[in-house]
Amino acid sequence: MSTIIKLKNINKTYYNGAPLHVLKGIDLEIERGELVSIMGASGSGKSTLLNILGILDGYDTGDYYLNNELIKNLSETQAARFRNKLIGFIFQSFNLIPFKNAMENVALPLYYQKVSRKARNKMAVEYLDRLGLKAWAHHMPNELSGGQKQRVAIARALISKPQIILADEPTGALDSITSAEVIDVLKKVNATGMTVIIVTHESGVANQTNKIIRLKDGFIERIEDNSGHDTSSFGIQNIK
Amino acid sequence: MFDLDRWNEIFMTIRRNKVRSVLTAFGVFWGVFMLVALLGGGAALEKKILKEVSGVATNSCFIMGGRTSEAYKGFRKGRYWQAVNRDVEIIKAKVKGLDEISPLIMPWSAASDNAVRGEKKGTVNLMGTYANYNKMDHHTMKFGRYLNDMDVQEHRKVCMIGSRVYEVLFNRGEDPVGKDIRVDGVYYKVIGVGDGSDNISFNGDKREAVTIPFTTMQKIYNYGDRIELLCALAKPGVAVSDVQEQIETILKNNHSIAPHDKQAINAFNLETMFQQVRYLFLGVNILAWIVGFGTLFAGIIGVSNIMTVTVRERTQEIGIRRALGAKPSAILTQIMSESFTITAMAGFLGISFGVLVLQMIDLAVSDDGGATSMFQISFVTAVSAALIIIILGTLAGLGPAFRAMKIRPIEALSEE
Repeated sequence: MSTIIKLKNINKTYYNGAPLHVLKGIDLEIERGELVSIMGASGSGKSTLLNILGILDGYDTGDYYLNNELIKNLSETQAARFRNKLIGFIFQSFNLIPFKNAMENVALPLYYQKVSRKARNKMAVEYLDRLGLKAWAHHMPNELSGGQKQRVAIARALISKPQIILADEPTGALDSITSAEVIDVLKKVNATGMTVIIVTHESGVANQTNKIIRLKDGFIERIEDNSGHDTSSFGIQNIK
Repeated sequence: MFDLDRWNEIFMTIRRNKVRSVLTAFGVFWGVFMLVALLGGGAALEKKILKEVSGVATNSCFIMGGRTSEAYKGFRKGRYWQAVNRDVEIIKAKVKGLDEISPLIMPWSAASDNAVRGEKKGTVNLMGTYANYNKMDHHTMKFGRYLNDMDVQEHRKVCMIGSRVYEVLFNRGEDPVGKDIRVDGVYYKVIGVGDGSDNISFNGDKREAVTIPFTTMQKIYNYGDRIELLCALAKPGVAVSDVQEQIETILKNNHSIAPHDKQAINAFNLETMFQQVRYLFLGVNILAWIVGFGTLFAGIIGVSNIMTVTVRERTQEIGIRRALGAKPSAILTQIMSESFTITAMAGFLGISFGVLVLQMIDLAVSDDGGATSMFQISFVTAVSAALIIIILGTLAGLGPAFRAMKIRPIEALSEE
């Protein structure tokens, strides 16, 4: 197995008023085809880590290799190109564009790859079909249920055939049944050999992944091998 | 530019806020319409006025005798004086920059039906001039010729008649050249039919005028060597007011008029009049540009504001696009294209509507029901208006577009 993500001593500090040292030397390697979850309390730095992995944000010191390429000090244009080619995003709030139908939303990454309209719409319908949403291709996002929206978002993440899928609390806005469906889809995606990284604070979700990275106060507290899916379960969430 | 997808995106976003888009576009539309309408209207007014005086050489001046207002060289004030033939010779010899000078007499004829030919008769205005008067007040000849120098030298009893005179005294289509007519009891041979400019006249309608040689006129009507009016034409490039001043000085000298007597000589020239008219229309034009451009500019500011609001509203959408791999330049062009599209559509519509309205006015005011294209902007004006719209539309989008480009995906995505 080859390494797809390699982080070496990543540091990140935010300077909004008082400096906030969010990531304090993260070292991490993720192999191609892994299904990984990142867990941590709020403020542990997991969102920041995800933003750096997704090239949505930069870092101060260290090195980040994605698919053997050093991702450092990129211009916005270069970053956009890498995001478009290498990364598929799934968000908690789906982030579908409200005035485009499901098919157009799915096809959007290909629009920025200058794929012709016909070709990309055909592909979008294919991907929707794969996720059981072919009948909904021409529906607007507000006509879809939460689970359907998230599956559209997953189709959108997959259509550009990225190297990794980054999912930021993908079940955060869903009920338990649809959550299970979405996780199921992500596991199927992983089964095709795609690297999937899920940020979550739900242990139930984390338990479905093969490796759990626990962050605490900007450090990696520990990395648990969860190939047996028998991690200590906190199925009942603390009341927030 | 001709990417169908991009146009789809643009029209989709414009359609999403129909009322807002339409109202914003209306600002630009109205601005352009105002600009076009004002410029077209101003130009039309100018053309109309200039048409009034067309045919009259603008570098000519007219000088008449009068009554002195100052006592001078033993003469009392209030003395009447008139120019005489000798003045013409002296002026010709002395005045620099003078091209042509023609004396003029227009006897007051109280008699009606003073012109007779056989059974036909009519009332005409008589005028005596030199042949060169045609240079100051150009006549369009329908038959024959204008007076020539020989007519004047030899005191010939010939005449050139206006078109109205021809209609009254001759049968339709009849060649009048060589035929005789009688005016105030004297027979003249007709040498031509022609009308001078009908917009400037000293003695009634030009079409009702009978023009005879000046020398003949002086003899028949007992003027001696007296002249009623002097018409002078300045050489090209010479200011007519300069020529006029020289002539006035000579006349004052010849007729013992006080050098500073301002009322003794009645004179006017078209140059000064034209200058005033020209300044008037320059003013009208400047006003049109200021008002029109100001309105247009207000419209453009509206577009810019709406684009700023749009960008703010769509921060999240832009963030999603950026996360999915839209390059900053793609966002920039998208916003700019939207602003450009709204402005251009409204602007071109405004030009078209302005042209349409001007055309309707044009049809309404023209005499014969056909378009005179007097109330119309020139093609160059229309093209420059279109160019201004394109430039302003692009500029209007520039600020908001750069703001949109600066949106970072994480900031936009966290804004929920």
